[in-house]
Amino acid sequence: MLLHLFTLLVAAATALLIFAGGLVTSTGSGLSVPDWPSTYGWFMFTFPLDKMVGGIFYEHSHRLIASTVGFLIVILTAWLWRAEPRAWVRRLGYLALAAVVTQGILGGITVLWFLPDPISIAHAGLAQLVFCLTVSIAVVTSPGWRRAYERRGDAGRGVTPRQAGREGPSYVNETNDGALQRLGIATTVAIFAQILIGATMRHTDAGLAIPDFPLAFGRLLPPFWSAAIAVHYAHRVGALVVAALILAAATRVFVHQRVRVELRRPSVLLLVLVVLQIALGALTVLSGKQYIVNSLHVVVGALVLATSLVLTLRAHRPRFGIGDQGSGMGETHAVDLRIPDPQSRIPGVTHP
Amino acid sequence: MSRPMYLGPILAIALAAASAACGGGSTQSEAPATPPAPLVNPVDPATAGAIAGRVAFEGTAPKPAPIRMDSDPNCQAGGATDQTILLGQGGALQNVFVYVKDGLGDLRFPIPSTPVVLDQKGCLYTPRVLGAQVGQTVEVLNSDPTLHNIHAIPAANREFNTGQPIQGMRHTHVFSTREVMVPFKCDVHGWMRAYIGVLDHPFFAVTGEDGHFELTGLPAGTYTVEAWHESLGSQTLTITIGEKETKSDVAFSFKAA
Repeated sequence: MLLHLFTLLVAAATALLIFAGGLVTSTGSGLSVPDWPSTYGWFMFTFPLDKMVGGIFYEHSHRLIASTVGFLIVILTAWLWRAEPRAWVRRLGYLALAAVVTQGILGGITVLWFLPDPISIAHAGLAQLVFCLTVSIAVVTSPGWRRAYERRGDAGRGVTPRQAGREGPSYVNETNDGALQRLGIATTVAIFAQILIGATMRHTDAGLAIPDFPLAFGRLLPPFWSAAIAVHYAHRVGALVVAALILAAATRVFVHQRVRVELRRPSVLLLVLVVLQIALGALTVLSGKQYIVNSLHVVVGALVLATSLVLTLRAHRPRFGIGDQGSGMGETHAVDLRIPDPQSRIPGVTHP
Repeated sequence: MSRPMYLGPILAIALAAASAACGGGSTQSEAPATPPAPLVNPVDPATAGAIAGRVAFEGTAPKPAPIRMDSDPNCQAGGATDQTILLGQGGALQNVFVYVKDGLGDLRFPIPSTPVVLDQKGCLYTPRVLGAQVGQTVEVLNSDPTLHNIHAIPAANREFNTGQPIQGMRHTHVFSTREVMVPFKCDVHGWMRAYIGVLDHPFFAVTGEDGHFELTGLPAGTYTVEAWHESLGSQTLTITIGEKETKSDVAFSFKAA
């Protein structure tokens, strides 16, 4: 339980880091500290606080938070390595560590190379993947994930999906919802793609290429095109696609998986967040990219992605089997943990 | 349960990435190789002419917006306004870079040995617009009791970004290629902007409060003269001067975009 709480802390710190990164780009402070990994020649952690002025405040804060997150992920990886029995979860930790190290190096390169668009966009995209990894680890180390289906006490109790498939369709329909799983994956991938388009728009300075909202130059389609307008318009179309997918996923949950509270909650949150995110996107344009609004748009985008990921992972939970808490997925699938029927406990013996 | 052997190196890399090394920005940008310049001016002073005139602004100038410098308490306390469009008496337009764009042929000129100085004072660049020759030293001075970064964003020359954390620091740079204009910015103080026109000849001027400019020492010929303003754009005129002739009534007029 303590490990799970720590994973939540790491995920929350990563979200804060994304917000801080959003502030850096929104305030145009990305190059306010020209050197890396030092800060104006100082060792990063000894840079005087009274010199954190202007753009340095945002850039150096971002570096400090990033170092903290990196350190937290080092601890998390070590913790998983020591205490986590599932090999695939430990591997998630290694992956998160490799991703955050790469992310730090990308952050340094983007400063030293004067914010080249591809590197900056990669930095923005990898930030989302680091966040997704920390959220994934938090999900699969949660008590709810570990005890999933034990509380149900229904036909699906104690069976793996493969076994469930053999034993009848009811279990599959109730828990191993293939349509929802596919919808969840599609939604999560679409949100990530939408974030990458947003990052491209952000780093190519196309955020105000279409200055009005909800129309584009007063029309549904822009009357003229440029690369910046195309990227901006693609982000708006992407928002509609993502919203439609989220609506479809939430509808699937409420129609077919209403009893599963672990799916209902992220679905509701997803609906709330996507509405908030579209509103923030509109405000970003209408406010002329006010930096707080702009940065909130970045971090809420990350939260939409993470929530969709949580929904998708939980929708896939039956695939991991009931015993996904100790001995790894492969072993879990080989073990049948069903409570045997008392009438057939001892073959050949009739029980009273 | 087996433990992967590669975790140790990964942790080491992570810690190495997390730790920062001490160091400091160079106070001199790498001086690019430039072809040797002649030591003697090819123009005979006895026959040289001049082009002079005035740059004006037509219409009503926008009221300069105040600059909020409260993100750095070390910057001057209030009162500073946006310097994008600065007007003098009678609509004189300040900070216009006027230069000979074309007409000098293959003439090559000596490079001045004195540096051009761009000062950072009161969290503003002084002057905001200036010119330098290819190969001439540009010296950027920090007169403020705060940190600045000097970020040049040229298109043809090499971009650089260096820090000046201590008051009194100087940074020198030599541009290798003609470029009008090279923008400078401070990312610490987002309002700070300066522009340097880099030319391969000495025939340039920046208008002052009276909007006046003068290009002296020109050989006889026909020239394309351009007036550049950071927000109002550029204008060109074709002007012919004879030996010892001074055209003193050249007028450029800008309107609000």
